Amino acid sequence: MMDMPKPLVTLLGKAVKTAAALRGGGSALPGLFVERIDKDYVRSTLSQLPQGVVLISGTNGKTTTTKMVVELLEGQGLKVFTNRTGSNFTRGVAAALLGDVSLSGKLTADIAVLELDEAHAVHFVKSVRPSYSLLLNVMRDQLDRFGEIDKTAQLLQAVAEATTNRVVINREDPRLLSLSLSLPSEKVSYFGLDESLTHLFPSDDAMRGGDAANGMPKPDAVAVLEAVDGQTATFRLGDKQSTATLQLDGVYNIYNAVAAASLVSKILGDKLDHDKLVTSLANVTPAFGRGEKLTVGGQPLELVLVKNPGGFRLGLTSFDPAGWATMITINDNYADGRDMSWLWDVEFDSLKSGGVSHVSGIRAYDMALRLQYDEVAVGSVEPSLTKSLHSFIEAHPDTPKRIYCTYTAMLALRRELSKITKVSKVS
Amino acid sequence: MKNELHILQLYPRDMNIYGDWGNVLTVMRRAEWHGFTPVLHEYNPGDAFPEYIDIVIGGGGQDAGQDVIQTDLLKISPKLHELANSDTPMLLICGLYQLFGRFFKTKDGHEIKGIGIFDLETHGGPERMIGNIVTSSDEFGEIIGYENHSGQTFLGESAISLGKVIKGAGNNGQDEYEGARYRHVIGSYLHGSLLPKNPVMADWLIEKAAIKKFGEFTPQQIDDRLALAARKVALSRPR
Repeated sequence: MMDMPKPLVTLLGKAVKTAAALRGGGSALPGLFVERIDKDYVRSTLSQLPQGVVLISGTNGKTTTTKMVVELLEGQGLKVFTNRTGSNFTRGVAAALLGDVSLSGKLTADIAVLELDEAHAVHFVKSVRPSYSLLLNVMRDQLDRFGEIDKTAQLLQAVAEATTNRVVINREDPRLLSLSLSLPSEKVSYFGLDESLTHLFPSDDAMRGGDAANGMPKPDAVAVLEAVDGQTATFRLGDKQSTATLQLDGVYNIYNAVAAASLVSKILGDKLDHDKLVTSLANVTPAFGRGEKLTVGGQPLELVLVKNPGGFRLGLTSFDPAGWATMITINDNYADGRDMSWLWDVEFDSLKSGGVSHVSGIRAYDMALRLQYDEVAVGSVEPSLTKSLHSFIEAHPDTPKRIYCTYTAMLALRRELSKITKVSKVS
Repeated sequence: MKNELHILQLYPRDMNIYGDWGNVLTVMRRAEWHGFTPVLHEYNPGDAFPEYIDIVIGGGGQDAGQDVIQTDLLKISPKLHELANSDTPMLLICGLYQLFGRFFKTKDGHEIKGIGIFDLETHGGPERMIGNIVTSSDEFGEIIGYENHSGQTFLGESAISLGKVIKGAGNNGQDEYEGARYRHVIGSYLHGSLLPKNPVMADWLIEKAAIKKFGEFTPQQIDDRLALAARKVALSRPR
C-alpha cells in the first residue's frame, strides 16, 4: 500500500468512525481501517506526547484501574489520552485516537494511559515502548484465550522489559513478584497489602493448598493498603498515611485504587500533590459493569463483572451478600469464553446463607448445577436475561440487588436496564 | 466409620486446572447423597501415600506442574498399578490421563515417562484442540464436555477407548477415539467439569468403589434435572 499523508489517514479514519457509529457498529472497525492503511499511525501519533505512554495490564481490574489512573492524573493537572471503551487491543487504541486527534493528526495530551490485555500488550510494546507500565495480576483466564497462566506471566515479562522508565508491580502476586526479580531493581516499584488483608485475595495457587510464592520475601512497597472498613480505606503512600472514603465497593476495587496511586506517584515524582491525589481518589467511581451502581425502583442495583475464577472469587470475598438479593448471569459467547469449567474453580459457600435468587444467561443451568453442588439454594433458573432480570427486580422491590455477570451478559443487562433507569453511555 | 469412602485427589497443588476440583466435589457430594461418608485425601509430591483408598481422581496441569510431579508419579507407580489391578475406580483427566499412558513426547522431542497403566502414547501436536465435545460410549451413553489439549494420544493394541467422537477432536483429531479404559480406570481429555454434567459416570465410580468395599450398592434418588438441562444446552452450543 502506498504511503498516505497522515492528515488524510486521520480524515478517512474519522469518516469511517462516524459511518460505523451511524450503523451502530463497534469501536474496532475504524481502528482496523487505520491499521490497514498506515501501520505506523498509532506509534507516530502517540510519540508526540511529552510524557509518553503508560500501559496497564493484568488479568483482572484493567478497566477500573485505567479509569482511576486517568482521573488521578487529571486531578494533578495533566491532559490524558485513554482508550476509554475498554476495547483493549491495538485496534481499539487506534479507534480511540481517531476520536481525539485533530484533523491535522495532532493529539493534544500530555500523556497516554492505555489498558491492553496481555496478548495484545506484547505486540503493542514492539512498536510503542511505554515509559511506565502497571502490572496488576496474573490469574487463570478462560483457557481458550492464552493457554497457560505461566505463559501469560511470560507475556507480561516482555511488557516489563520493554518499559523504558518504571514498572509498577503487585508484589502480592507470586508470578509477577518472581518476574520482577529479573528486572533491574531501579526500574521496579511495588504496591502491596498489609498482611492482615491478604486472606481477602485468594490466589489460584492458594486455593488448593499450593503456594507459587514459595516463601519469597516481600519487597518494600511504594504504597500499601493497610485497612479497609466498608468503603473507607487506610493506605500508606510513600511515608504518608491517608484515610479516605471512596465511591468504590469491594476490597479488590480499593486495592486497584492503591495500584493507581502508586503508579501516579511514580509518574509525578517530586511534583506529586498528595492532598489532591487523595481528593481525586475519593471521587473515583467504578468503571461500567465493574461494581457499577445503578438505581432501580429507588434501590441500588450493582453489576459485578466476572470473567474468570480469580475475578469471581475476588468479587465474592469483596461484596458481603447479607441484606442483598443476588442474581448470577453466565453467558458462553466467544467474548465470555466457551468453557464452563471455570465455574467449578470458584467456591460459592459465601452465598449459602442468603441463597441466589435468580440464575440466568445461556449457561444458566450450568451455573445452577454448580450451586447445587455447593448446596446453595436457587430461586429461579431462566436462561432468558430479559425475563430473568425483570422477575428479579419485581421479586425484591425493597432490597438492594447485586448481579454477577459475564462480559456479554453485562452488556445485555446494561442495555435492558437503560430502558428503566439511567445507565451511563459507554462511548 | 463403616460407610466411609476414601477419595484420593492426586496432586491437587500442581495438577488441578480448569475445573478438576469439580470432579472431586461431584464424587464427594454424590457419595454423601448416596449415603456414604466421603473422606478426601490430598496427595502432593513427597507426601505419605494413604494406606487405604477407594477412588482415585487426578487432573491436568501446566507444563511446569507436569515437571514437578513427574518423578513422584514414577515413585508411586507400583501403588497405583496395585490399586488399578485390584479394580479400584479411577478418573484421570488431561495431563494425568497422558501420564497414565506409556510416555508423552513433547514437540521438541523431550520424552516424559508415564506409568503405563494405559497402553497409549502421547505426542505434542502442532495445534491445540479446543472446544465443546460430545462422545458416545456403550457404557455411559453420550459424554459431554470441553476439551483443550495439544497432545495427541494414540491407543496401543491392548487399549480400549472411553468413547467415539460425535463432535470435537478427541484423543488426536484423527481416529475418532476419545479417552481410554483399563479395568475400572477411566482416562479422558474432557473438562467441563466432566462429572457434574455426566452424573452417570460419577455414580459408576461410586458404585464400583462401594461394591468392592461393601459388596453392594443401593443408589439413592438424586435430583439430576439441572444436570440434564445443562447437558441439553451444552449439546446445542457451537464448538
